Amino acid sequence: MSKIHVTTKVNGDPVEFLADPRETLLDCLRDRLGLTGSKEGCGTGDCGACSVILDGRLVCSCLVLGVEAQGKAVETIEGMAQGEDLHPLQRKFIEHAALQCGFCTPGILVAAKALLETNPDPTETEVRYWLAGNLCRCTGYDKIIRAVMDAAAELRGEAA
Amino acid sequence: MRYHTPQTFEDAARIAAAAQGVTRFLAGGTDVLVQMRAGMVQPDDLIDLKHIPGTQDIARTEDGGWRIGIAVPGIALGGHEALCADWPGVVEGMELVGSTQIQGRATLAGNLCNGSPAADSVPGLITAGAVVEITGPAGTRTLPVEDVPQGPGRTALKPGELVSAIILPPRGDYGGDCYLRFIPRTEMDIAVVGCAVNLRLKGGVIAEARVALGAVAPTVMLVPEAAAAIVGTALDAAAEEALAQAATAAAKPISDKRGTAEFRREVAGVLAKRAARIAFARAKGDTA
Ligand SMILES: Cc1cc2nc3c(=O)[nH]c(=O)nc-3n(C[C@H](O)[C@H](O)[C@H](O)COP(=O)(O)OP(=O)(O)OC[C@H]3O[C@@H](n4cnc5c(N)ncnc54)[C@H](O)[C@@H]3O)c2cc1C
Ligand code: FES
Ligand code: FES
Repeated sequence: MSKIHVTTKVNGDPVEFLADPRETLLDCLRDRLGLTGSKEGCGTGDCGACSVILDGRLVCSCLVLGVEAQGKAVETIEGMAQGEDLHPLQRKFIEHAALQCGFCTPGILVAAKALLETNPDPTETEVRYWLAGNLCRCTGYDKIIRAVMDAAAELRGEAA
Repeated sequence: MRYHTPQTFEDAARIAAAAQGVTRFLAGGTDVLVQMRAGMVQPDDLIDLKHIPGTQDIARTEDGGWRIGIAVPGIALGGHEALCADWPGVVEGMELVGSTQIQGRATLAGNLCNGSPAADSVPGLITAGAVVEITGPAGTRTLPVEDVPQGPGRTALKPGELVSAIILPPRGDYGGDCYLRFIPRTEMDIAVVGCAVNLRLKGGVIAEARVALGAVAPTVMLVPEAAAAIVGTALDAAAEEALAQAATAAAKPISDKRGTAEFRREVAGVLAKRAARIAFARAKGDTA
């Protein structure tokens, strides 16, 4: 099985790797690049734990082939904090205790970031629909939604 | 598995025609990758169509219709104001497919060519009178969307043929369309029944109509008897009732874990009525 050389950008940095054409982007991120923040919950597009932003669009990295990332830009959870400074969404998730085991959290944070970049002032209903493809099996959704709404308010410069 | 990235539809057709084993085209991959993962399909040749110029475009045709590239994802259809104004029923069918993440990848062409009887975008495409442009080893032909599905997972595409564009006719005046589906929850499920209605008014009366049902037969199907029940009416209660009865009679569903055949037949009638009401309001200019 001949591997394909892929050149892409992850969180702003140029990277390259060799991929079996059947390998998913999720497997390439985790096993070839050592970026294990994106999780595999299902591998079939149902849970959203593998969410990344590909050329500005939120996608499940388990439903993208690694070779499809050629020449594109990928944003993952690893690019969210700036050094020691957490992103407001990350801080609000801790404040609101919006995670328990944390398995779903990277995907939800990436998905919520993609939402707030296109819609800085979403209604609660809009947040719930946007995140409908992100499953959480332990925290329950209310705290997650509250944390996203609160982070959105902070990012808009409103004191919540 | 060989991964191909042709730059033209002709090259894609050539690769597919020459391939000996299992071949799949790759648009958004939201069906193909799931099938590969489940071990249902292990392609020997996977032909990625997204490198072909124009496949990401939504363009007006000369006659005022639309030409939709085969790699345009759902989220781009939903973000296109003029297309949504013309064909809200087509766009809302596609927007029901999966989550935000799935919307970032899934395409109309993939939804159609995957051949599911429950494919959410297909009833709306059929009632709109959409046609697909097909490129194959023998050249290019067009086919109405209703003639593409041939059974679960089967299409009218011949070996080496692929869909190279989806073409919607001009909307024209006093027209409206709508797609509704029934699922037991509000998001992320497969249609138990789907129904699209497209109609045109003349002097407040329905002059033309098309009705299609999904998930109640081996393929999505056009139901001319249901359309005939409302043509010539202003969608009064009697017309709605005749429409519902025709839709229920046309439905040939199976019973499965999502619903019994009896339930699906009834829901087909209910959805036809509701979709017709919305299409009617849209045709009158309500932006519902
Ligand atoms: C979590 C999840 C939820 C989903 N929810 C829904 C839903 O609610 N409703 C629904 O209808 N579907 C749903 N789907 C199924 C899927 O997302 C849709 O069918 C989607 O539209 C497929 O498009 P694609 O571009 O991803 O297709 P792909 O996976 O790229 O291709 C699908 C098939 O079509 C063929 N094909 C693709 N493009 C062409 C072409 N141009 N010419 C010829 N053949 C072609 C491929 O060979 C393949 O067999 C869901 C899938 C997932 C993973
Ligand atoms: S692992 Fe990708 S959606 Fe579940
Ligand atoms: S915190 Fe455990 S799955 Fe969400």
